[in-house]
Formats: sequence, structure tokens, C-alpha cells
Amino acid sequence: MNETTINPAVVEMREASVSALRDTTLTVLENVNWSVLPGEFWVVAGQPQSGKSDLLMTAAGLLLPARGSCRVFGCETNAFGEAQLAERLRVGLVFAGGQLFSQLTVAENVALPLRYQKNLSAAEAAPAVAALLEMLELTPFADRTPANLAAQWRSRAALARALILKPELLLLDNPLAGLGTRTHQWLLTFLDQLWRGHEWFGGQPMTIVASTDDFRPWRHSGRKFAVLDEKKFFELGAWSAVEAARSPAVKELLAEPQEFSS
Amino acid sequence: MRGNLAKTFHLTNLQVFRHAVAPKSYTDLLGRKLFLALLTIQGLGAFALITLGVILKKHRVARSVVQPRIRHEINRAGVALLPMFIFIALALGFLVVGQTVSALAKVGATDYLGSTMVIVIVRELGPLLTAVLVLARVGTANVIELGTARALGEVEALEALGIDPVHYLIVPRVIGMALGIFSLTIYLIIGALASGWVFAFLQDVPLTPGDYFKQIAEALGWLDFALLALKTLAFGFFIAIVTCYHGLAQPLRLEDVSRVAVRAVTQGVIVCVLLDAVFIVLYLVT
Repeated sequence: MNETTINPAVVEMREASVSALRDTTLTVLENVNWSVLPGEFWVVAGQPQSGKSDLLMTAAGLLLPARGSCRVFGCETNAFGEAQLAERLRVGLVFAGGQLFSQLTVAENVALPLRYQKNLSAAEAAPAVAALLEMLELTPFADRTPANLAAQWRSRAALARALILKPELLLLDNPLAGLGTRTHQWLLTFLDQLWRGHEWFGGQPMTIVASTDDFRPWRHSGRKFAVLDEKKFFELGAWSAVEAARSPAVKELLAEPQEFSS
Repeated sequence: MRGNLAKTFHLTNLQVFRHAVAPKSYTDLLGRKLFLALLTIQGLGAFALITLGVILKKHRVARSVVQPRIRHEINRAGVALLPMFIFIALALGFLVVGQTVSALAKVGATDYLGSTMVIVIVRELGPLLTAVLVLARVGTANVIELGTARALGEVEALEALGIDPVHYLIVPRVIGMALGIFSLTIYLIIGALASGWVFAFLQDVPLTPGDYFKQIAEALGWLDFALLALKTLAFGFFIAIVTCYHGLAQPLRLEDVSRVAVRAVTQGVIVCVLLDAVFIVLYLVT
């Protein structure tokens, strides 16, 4: 029995070409070969417009690869339909801007996937929602709409919405963008807890893929790193490989932001 | 999913034609407009069939979420518009029905009163006016809400959560608008006929309420009831389809929303007139 059968990849892309979300006729990444195994924590870095979001959308099965194949939990995303809903719900996606539903409150946003997928009334979903909001320190903001929230709370609400169905794979699109250092620290610690197995998820380790435009906050010995550069996906490996990389793209993603001088 | 949606509605072709440089000759321009119209009809047809399929296939899915949304849409496209429709019914009665009754009475043609009222108010003016008013009040809001949701990425968020956007966003609007237009048309017709008699009474037209409503009741056949129900439900269904299609079924940026809203309302009016023409043929044939 080979390793793939024992431990199938959570996400597996083979010679995949990734299309742009806004225009599916444009290809942003070509020939992506990438396997995400259960329990791995990947950080995929790239400059803005390098295709990070599109790569995650493809991994979530929301965008079809223009060429090649993308399998999620062993299921070809081309074939994702109603019958494969259970596989899709094993993936949680946190969008870069949160993409919360503007007409709903934070609590309603978080409750919606649970209520829809399990056909629950608001009262039936309330205990699980309240517990998750409490865990993410969102309880004081439960009745606010997204427009009345600061960016850090919006991103937490989006994370809570993605976690309510207890996914096995969590995809986060540039989760640290626009957040302060304190929130960085809180989020990185929380993601680490999820990765190692949070008690709310029964101690089950979660597979995590996060995209970023800055490698530095993600420095951690247990994570795996990749970079997107000139329409290519380069797997770097552990943090030591990132530091040792000579590629200008990696160096740029490791560099301190330059001060604006007049 | 996203790629599939784009392929279904041939959005790429639509966008290419809309954003292409204007042709130099009038015939080329006419050809492009015609082609755009055909692509739009194809897209609307596909969207209508998909929505019908979802209504039939998913009527038992997530009822605790979708049913409150349907009630909300019925309220928005029906109950909430009732005060405006009472006013419109009174105005229609005073302006049109009252004058018609008065004019018919002057020339001694009150025998034709029932059939005239049925043709003018029950068959034509009631349903069409209701449809256009609901399109203006609720259809426009539909395009703007859905267009904004699309532009802000909320539709992708629904898909990521395994929620069918057509089931969650479109089905309640379609059902709500169909039932809303049906109910409001009935109220509008009853209100207009009643206030029309009041106006005629104020003008000393020698017509008792009993004679007036008896004539109308005699002029009404079972076909009028059946076709009125069909017509109003069809108006509601297609107005919702047109407005939701323009708001949801194409990639939008925020700056596109107002332009798309204007296009949706225009097409909504055209669809109503075309449907009305189809029903006129049905009335004539049956």
C-alpha cells in the first residue's frame, strides 16, 4: 500500500493552471504541482496580484483549474456538485476582506452556514454560535452589522463563520493584511492552536493554508512555505529554506517595508 | 461554480460585446444590438430554468432559513406596498373608472359597463400597473442589493459555505414577488372598481351599487380568474428573474451597479409588455 492510499492529500494540484477570479479567461498561475497533507500548515506568499486568492479559491473548489487537475479530499473539483457537498464542507475559507453578509449581524453571519446546512432555527443554532463568538472574543459585537465593525473584528467574524461547521482544512486569504501587531499575535497564536488541535474541535489537528504578502510574521519551524512568482508556484519547504533562498521574490517578501522618503 | 456560471450565461461574450469599440456603420451597430439581445434572452432563459429547477428540487432544503426569507420577501413585495396600492386604487377609480362609468351613462351605454370594466381594469390595467409599480419599488432594490452583494464578494462567500446562491438569494425573491404581485393586483382591482363607483355616484350617475357590481360579475368568466392568476404570477416570476439575473448572474464592480439597475428596469418593463401581449392573444383565442 503506498503513502497516498494511507494518507491521501487534502489538496492535490497536478499541472494545474489557475484562472483569475474576476476574469476566468486569464491565467494567473501555470503548472502548479502541490500536495497539502493532513495536519500541515502551509504559508503561500506572493506579491499583490500574484494569484494568491485565486490559488486558494481553486483549492476550495470555487474556481475550476483552466488546465490540469485539482483534488480536494480525493474529489476532483471539476465534479463538485450537490453530491459532493459533504466534501466541500470539510473546507473552510476565510476571504481577504472577510466578505461578511452586510445585511446580517455578526451572530447571524456566523449562524447562517450552520442553520442552512443542518436546517436549524435561530434558537437551535444559538448555543454553538455563542460559544464560538465567546472563543473569538466577539460576544460584545454579536448584534452589530459588519459595517459597524473595525477591520480586526470583521476578520475574526469571518474566521468564526468559516469555523462554525468545524472544517478539516482551513484556507485563509491574507489574514494578517491590515491588522495591527497585537491582532497579528492573537491570530497567529489562535491558528497555531487550531493546527495543533483545539479543544472546541475535539482536539483534532486542523490542516491550514494561509496566503500572505509578507513572510516574516509567519516564521515558525513547523510550517511549510511556498512562493508565487511570475505565474509559477515554488515550494520552498521549511523556514530554513525560506531564509536560505536566493530568489529575489523571496528576498522581497522577507524584507522590511521601505520607509517613504520625501 | 464560478467558471460554470460564466459558461452557462455566456457572460464573456456579453461583456466583450458591451465593451467593444462602437462599430462604424449602422447595420453593424444594429447587428451587435440584436446579438446582445439574443445573448440576454439566452441568459435570462437559462437563469429562469435554473431557478425553476432549484425551486422544485430544493423545496425541502434548509426550510428554517429559506421560509423566513420568503415571508420577508412577501412582506416586502406585497404587504409593505399595500398603502401605496390603496392610494393608487383610489386614484385609478376616480380618474379612469369613474369617468368611464359617467361617460357610458351619458350615452346610455351602461349595458356595456361590465365588459368594459373587465377588459380595462381586470384584464389589462390592474395587472400591468401593479407589475410596473412593483418593478419600480422592489425590482430596483433587488438589482441594487444583489449587485452590491456580488461586487462585494458575498456570492463567493455563500458558495464557499456550501450555500446555493440561487436557493438563498433568488428563490425567496421570485416566490415573494410572484405572490406579492398576485395579491396586490386583486386589491388594486377591487379598490379601483369600488372607488370608481363612488366617483360615479358623486357625479349623480343613476347606477346602484347592486347593478354596477352585478354587471361586472356577469361579465367575468372563469377564464378571467384563471388567466388573471396566471398573468400576475408570470409577471412576478419574470420581473424577479430579470432583476435578479442582472444583479447576480454576472461579475460586477460597485460602479456597475447603477447602470445595471437601469438596464434591468428597462428590460423588466419590456418583459411585462411582451407577457401582456401573449395574454392578449390567449384572451382572443379562448
